[in-house]
Order: sequence, then C-alpha cells, then structure tokens
Amino acid sequence: MATYTPEEIAQRFSELHPPFDPQAALVEANRCLYCFDAPCTAACPTHIDVPRFIKKIASVNLLGSAQTILDANILGASCARVCPVDVLCEGACVLHRYNKQPIEIGKLQRHAMDHFYSNGARPRFAVASNKSKKVACIGAGPASLACAAELRKQGYGATIFESRPLAGGLNTYGVAEYKLRPSDSLREVELVKSMGVDFQFGVTVGRDISLEDLEREYAAVFIAVGLAPPEPLNLSGENLDGVVDALRFIADYKTAQTIPVGQRVAVIGGGNTAIDAANAAKRLGAAEVYLIYRRGEREMPAFLFEYENSKLEGVQFRLQTQPLAIHPDGSGTRRVGALECLRVELGPQDASGRRRPEAVQGSNFLLACDMVILATGQSRFLDFLGRCRGLEMRDGNVVVDPETGRTTNPRYYAGGDCVNGGREVVDAVAEGKRAGQAIAKWLEAQHG
Amino acid sequence: MADLNTVFAGGIRCPNPFWLASGPPANCGEQVMRAFDAGWGGAVWKTLGEPIVNVTSRYSSVDWNGQRMMGLNNIELITDRPLEVNLSEIAEVKKRYPRHAVIASLMVESKREAWHQIVRQAEDAGADGLELNFGCPHGMSERGMGSAVGQVPEYTQMITGWVKEVARTPVLVKLTPNISDIRMVARAAKRGGADGLSAINTLNSITGIDLNTLTPRPDVAGKSSHGGYCGPAVKPIALHMVQQIASDEASRLAISGIGGISGWQEAAEFILLGAGTVQVCTAAMHYGFRIVEDMIDGLSNWMDAKGFRTLEDFRGLALGRVAEWKHLDLNYKIVARIHPEKCIGCDLCYTACWDGAHQCIHLDREPAASGNGHRSPAQVEAESRRRIATTPIAKLDGANGNASGPYATPLARIPRVDENECVGCNLCALVCPVEGCISMEQVDTGKPPESWEQRVAALNKGGQR
Repeated sequence: MATYTPEEIAQRFSELHPPFDPQAALVEANRCLYCFDAPCTAACPTHIDVPRFIKKIASVNLLGSAQTILDANILGASCARVCPVDVLCEGACVLHRYNKQPIEIGKLQRHAMDHFYSNGARPRFAVASNKSKKVACIGAGPASLACAAELRKQGYGATIFESRPLAGGLNTYGVAEYKLRPSDSLREVELVKSMGVDFQFGVTVGRDISLEDLEREYAAVFIAVGLAPPEPLNLSGENLDGVVDALRFIADYKTAQTIPVGQRVAVIGGGNTAIDAANAAKRLGAAEVYLIYRRGEREMPAFLFEYENSKLEGVQFRLQTQPLAIHPDGSGTRRVGALECLRVELGPQDASGRRRPEAVQGSNFLLACDMVILATGQSRFLDFLGRCRGLEMRDGNVVVDPETGRTTNPRYYAGGDCVNGGREVVDAVAEGKRAGQAIAKWLEAQHG
Repeated sequence: MADLNTVFAGGIRCPNPFWLASGPPANCGEQVMRAFDAGWGGAVWKTLGEPIVNVTSRYSSVDWNGQRMMGLNNIELITDRPLEVNLSEIAEVKKRYPRHAVIASLMVESKREAWHQIVRQAEDAGADGLELNFGCPHGMSERGMGSAVGQVPEYTQMITGWVKEVARTPVLVKLTPNISDIRMVARAAKRGGADGLSAINTLNSITGIDLNTLTPRPDVAGKSSHGGYCGPAVKPIALHMVQQIASDEASRLAISGIGGISGWQEAAEFILLGAGTVQVCTAAMHYGFRIVEDMIDGLSNWMDAKGFRTLEDFRGLALGRVAEWKHLDLNYKIVARIHPEKCIGCDLCYTACWDGAHQCIHLDREPAASGNGHRSPAQVEAESRRRIATTPIAKLDGANGNASGPYATPLARIPRVDENECVGCNLCALVCPVEGCISMEQVDTGKPPESWEQRVAALNKGGQR
C-alpha cells in the first residue's frame, strides 16, 4: 500500500500524448487541406472551425488560433486532450481517404491552447452590455462552465453552484492524469471566472439553498448535475476494506490525497472509466491489474483505442468473466483477499444489440487480489431531479429539446451527463453552450 | 539507353547537359571537382573580376507552407578570391577533368583592355568557354557592371564585340530578366557576335521583412539591399524568357537555360523550349551536388520511354506549341468531370469554383440538398453548423457506436459539375489534392477550329460585304 506526493503522481503519470514542439506543429498544420465545410468541424459537437484554427497555426497566429477555438468551445484546452478524437474530428478527416494519416487535430488544438494559457489567457470575446437578469447553473462541470460563459458573452449574469470545493467536474476530478491534470482544468475555470461568472462552492442545491430560493433570485436555472456514484453491485463483501468506487479512486489520486493501491488489483467494468482506473492502478505501482468484464471484446463499451492502450499499459483483461463475491483475506481482518468469478459465454443478442452474457454453471474460480475497484456505471441523482418541478425524465435522463436544452419546465434548462447519460466533455460543453445561447435568446425575448 | 552527350554553342563538349551555374557551388576548384565526381557535366565558374569585398549576411529565402527555400535571394557579389588562385584552379580542374566543361564567368569594368585581358587569362587557364555576366542585379550593377550592362542593348553589343575580338572559345552572354523585353538584349548580344545565351540571371527582389525587427532580409547590421531571386519560384518566368528568345529569329543562338531547375523534369522542360544545356544553382545549394544523379537517371529514363535517343531528338519540340493567344482555338471545349470513386470530400473544388471561378460546381447529390436551387457556400456551412453532433459511444448508441473507418466519402460531400455552365478553366482540377480525381475532358462542340484572328478576319470580311 503506497502513498504518493503530487510530484510522484506527476512523474508516474507522464503524458500519453506529449505536446508538439513549434516546428512539428507547423509541419502538421501545413498538412491540413483546409477543406470546405470541413467534416472535422461537423463531427465536433461544439463545431470548432478546425481548418481555420489550423491555418492560423500555420501562419503562426497562435493567439488568433486559440480565439477561434474558444469562440466555439470555452474548454478548448481540456477537450484538446481528453476528446476521443479518433471517433470525432480526426475520425472524420478526409485524409483517411488520401494518404491515410489524419491531421493530428487534438494535438494542434492543444498547441494553440497551451500558447494561449502561457501568454496570459486573455480572450477577446465580443461581450454584450450587462443585463440585469441572472441564471443559476447547478454543478460546476463542463456543461455549466460552457453555459455560464455563453451567458456572460450575451451580457447575462451567471452563478454556478457546486457542492465540491473545486470547479471543473470530471475535468478536475475524473480524467486520467496522463491526459489532463487538475491544474489544466482549473486554469480553464479561471478563464470562465475572468468573464464574470460567480462561483458558489460547497453549496448543495436542495440542501443548502432551496430550488424555490433559486427560482426567486434567478430568471432561469441550468441543471448540469452530472451522474451520481454507482449503485452497489450487491456482491457479498462489497463493503470490505479495499473495495472502492472507480471515480472516487481517480479523484483521490488526482487531488493527491493519500491513495492506497494494492499489489493485485481487480477492476470490475468494461467502460472508459474502468480502463482509466485500471491504468491508474498500474501506474501507481500495482504488480497485477485485472479488468473483469462480463461480455467480450466486441461488446466492451470502452473506445477501442482506450482498450488497446490499456493493454500496452500492462492491464490484464479477464473478459467473459462475471464477479460473484468478494472474499476477505482470511487473516481475520476486513481486508479484501480474493474475487470470486464465474466464466461467461455469450448468447444471442439482447435489447442493446450486444450478445447476452450467460454464466457457465460450476465455472467458479478465485482471483487473488487485495483491492477491488468498481466501475460498473454511475447512477442518477433521481432524488434531486425528482424535486425539480415539471421535469420529465426518460431512462433516468432529463428530457430536453436537443437544440435548446430546454426541459419540460420552461424555466429549467439542462445539459451534460444528466441529460445524455454520460458522454464526453465535449458533448457537455456543446449542450451547455446551446443552452446558454437559448436561455439568452429566451430572456431577450421576454425582457428585451 | 539515352545519350546525354552534349556539344554546346559550337564547341563546348560535356558528358551531359547539367552544369553548375555561376554561383557559390562553383566557387573553387575543390567544389567543381567534387561536382564532376558526382556527375555534373560542366560548371560555370563563379564570376572572375576585380577584387571585391562581401558582406554578411548574404542570402534570404521564401518558405512556402512549411517547405524551405521555394525561392532564394542573394546579395553576394562576384568571387572574392584572388584572380590568380581561381585561374590556377581552373587549369588544375581542366587537367584532371578534360571531358567536362569549365566555363569562366567574367565581369570587369566596361573598358576594352580590361575585357581583353580577362578573356585571355581565362582562356589561357584552359576555360572551354566564356560567360559574360551582364545579369547580376545587385551590388555590381551600382558600379556599372552586371545588369547595368545587360539592361542596355548598346552596351551589351559593344562589350560582346570587345570580347569576340580576342576570344578563341565560345562566348555566352548571360541575360538579366530585369528588363521589359529580354529579346532586345538577346538581339544585341547576337549582333555583338555572341555564340550563345544564358538565361535567366536572378530577378530583383526583396524576399521579406522580419516582422520583429522590421528589417528586410537578409539583414546586414539593420539594413538590407535588394538581391537576386532564384530557385523553384522563378522557373515559370525563366521558361517564358527562354521561349521568347528561342522563338525570336534575331535572337536565335544556343541557349543555356537557367532558373528554378532542381530535377530532370524542369531540365526536360527547358530543353523542350530550345535550351542546349541547363544550369543549376539553388537546388545544389539546398541539397548538394548529389541531386545530379537523379537528373541524369530521370532524364535518361524519360527519354527512353519517349523514344528520344539524343537531346537533339527533343530539343525545341514544345516551341511550336507556344502560340500567340489570337491563334488559339475558340471552339475547343473541355469540362471538368469529377470521378466520385476517387473523391475524398474535401470540397476544395466547390469553394474554389464558387469564390474563384464560375459557380458551376454544386453540392446537391443528396436528394434533400437539391430541389430549391443551388445553395451558396454560406448556406451549406450554416446548415452544417446547425446540425447537432454527438460523440458516438457504444454503450449509449448500441453496437455501432464503435464502428471505425475507413469510411467512404459521403455522397453529400461529392460535388457535381454543371457541365452546361462549366467554362473549362481547370481551377477545380488544379486545387483538387487527389491525382486524377477531376479530369478535364473534351466535349464536341460540333464546330470546326477557329481562332480569334480568324473570327475577326471573317467578321471584317462580312462587314465589308
């Protein structure tokens, strides 16, 4: 069980994609064909004008390049690093059909944004004159940051309420350290703050301040509360020492609290968070890290590139394996000692289009481990959302008009994971931006 | 196997037509001998003359889209080595490389005796020919030499005549492009008795300005001076000037083509417009003498493929295909055709046609996009920005969320040419990054060939009737 200082964390989590040096960025930028109505731009949920910002890198107009990015996406710096570009902009690049190697858009975007943040982070937004109306944003994750920034550009006040001590949401607390450090996320929060957005930390809406109070003080409410901690798996032994929730594990090492890591770690789940947690355990010194997933490689919800990278990190994948119980180590303490699993075979497709896992009776086996990380999907803040009047829900997600983010309560807008069920940072930013624009338009129409 | 042996201007023999141009790569015997070892057929020695002093820095360049030295500019003067050293090295090179051509580039003040003396010295050292530097546009021209001579036909004729009074070897006159009609000086050189012409020398230029110091490049203690521009950027200008003198009866002499040649293709182009040899400087400065290997190899292979046995078999063959505009066929029509299977969907042809040409390429292959007239580029972009995009995630989108490429180009992104509107300008094919994706194809207009001259003549005839 090791503990690490922030310096050790930084050393162990060297960047997955190191930045370009200026010459390399120039060469790469010059490869861009400058497509018309570029597919990369269309594929980006925030529609960053990619060829435009890349040509500005080619002309060494880096501040202009960064501004082009920020105009579309206020979290352009973190998106540059955490976006799954293979399935977004870079996946859409026409060069796949030309000389096969797409433009490294993510790294170029980072090049421009790094320049911006290391040169004073002074954006040049056209800001409308201040208006009296204010909007409350609940949750300080990417969706709220984008929504609040958009509202400030249009002259409206924005207050973000956050129960945790820091803003940024998963960018600060939940992204693998080798992609994005909390300090990178927090300088984006500072940028939003510099636009005049008010932050209220340590405030849980519904407990510390009521929704009625919010409605009285604010013209509209933007709900971006994200997802809640996972539901228990209902495995026996789930409450033993050494069993942790993946997002909690990631948040702890990222914010450099003491973080105990086992020698043999079993991660349960097949999504991107499970992979992040497994990679982190490996980098934090675990000798063996197993990823336990019920279905097969093809069914894993994680992105293919994440899966491939994780294998390189040394994570051992135990696919078609179903956890049954967590057993103590037999020393009389409450320490984890083993994970009992069943082998699984895949049957016909189920409702999700994936093959249904069917346990093989009698195939039980024990996997010795001293730590179990649960990454089996997050639950919803159904309790809180249920208290927001007039909010229609579907499959646990808030129902909105996709173009405006407006909920079934005309004063409530929503975006981010609580609407989309848990997508990417860039999706949250896009939803927050659209909602911010729609709220401003609505307020303009109402109040002039 | 093609034969590249060359006899130029009535007596200069060399194993191939590739010469180093007078400049830094042909500055001393050691360089010239290494160049000959690498395969160069000849070298024009860096200009001999009275002692001079050079400045630092001396070169500047134009980079383009990340590529270095699309064009090179220099403010270096003629040789700064003692004349006797150059002469003894010329003698040594000729002794060791009797089969290669060594041409002495000369520039002295405009006095008959001075020219007589330098001509004798160069020939006594063993030079196979002389090249009179009437082209250098910087520094020396301020002292009444170089392009100061080459810009005045009378001076050119007079000095060429002086040289011919004593010269025993072929005399080439190197022409400056910094003049309104290069044929005027070419004719003067011919009247003066020149045996050949070298074209072109460098173009007057300021390559750029340092946007931090605000000093043009190259920077000499905070000041700069106009220099001579060369390199790939000047090839089209050089080709045109070579064509002009090659097609002009009163200028017609052997031509050593110069300007932006860095490979066998450019060399072939100059020869097709009448050049007997070609000279290279910038490319050798950029990549070294080794580039000549592919120039020889590539030219030979092309000649073999084309069935040309010697350089004379194709020299000047393109000259007959350069005509005055008034002789071009007005009834010849080509249109652009986009081959969808090759299209990668960059849509550069679409925006180029709308903004830079005749608005006849459209994005309307998707049924939904057509029907209400042609969408302008702004409309196309606005529609696309309104569309909501989300990250595909298998868990949320079903099994296809992780589907990965390569994807075919979506039909909506494959442009369509309106052949009735297409004027056949070539622009779309020029901007298309994919070789062979857009072809320009002839369509039958059903009319016989007719030039502007013929049409006007017919109209005048009709008017008289």
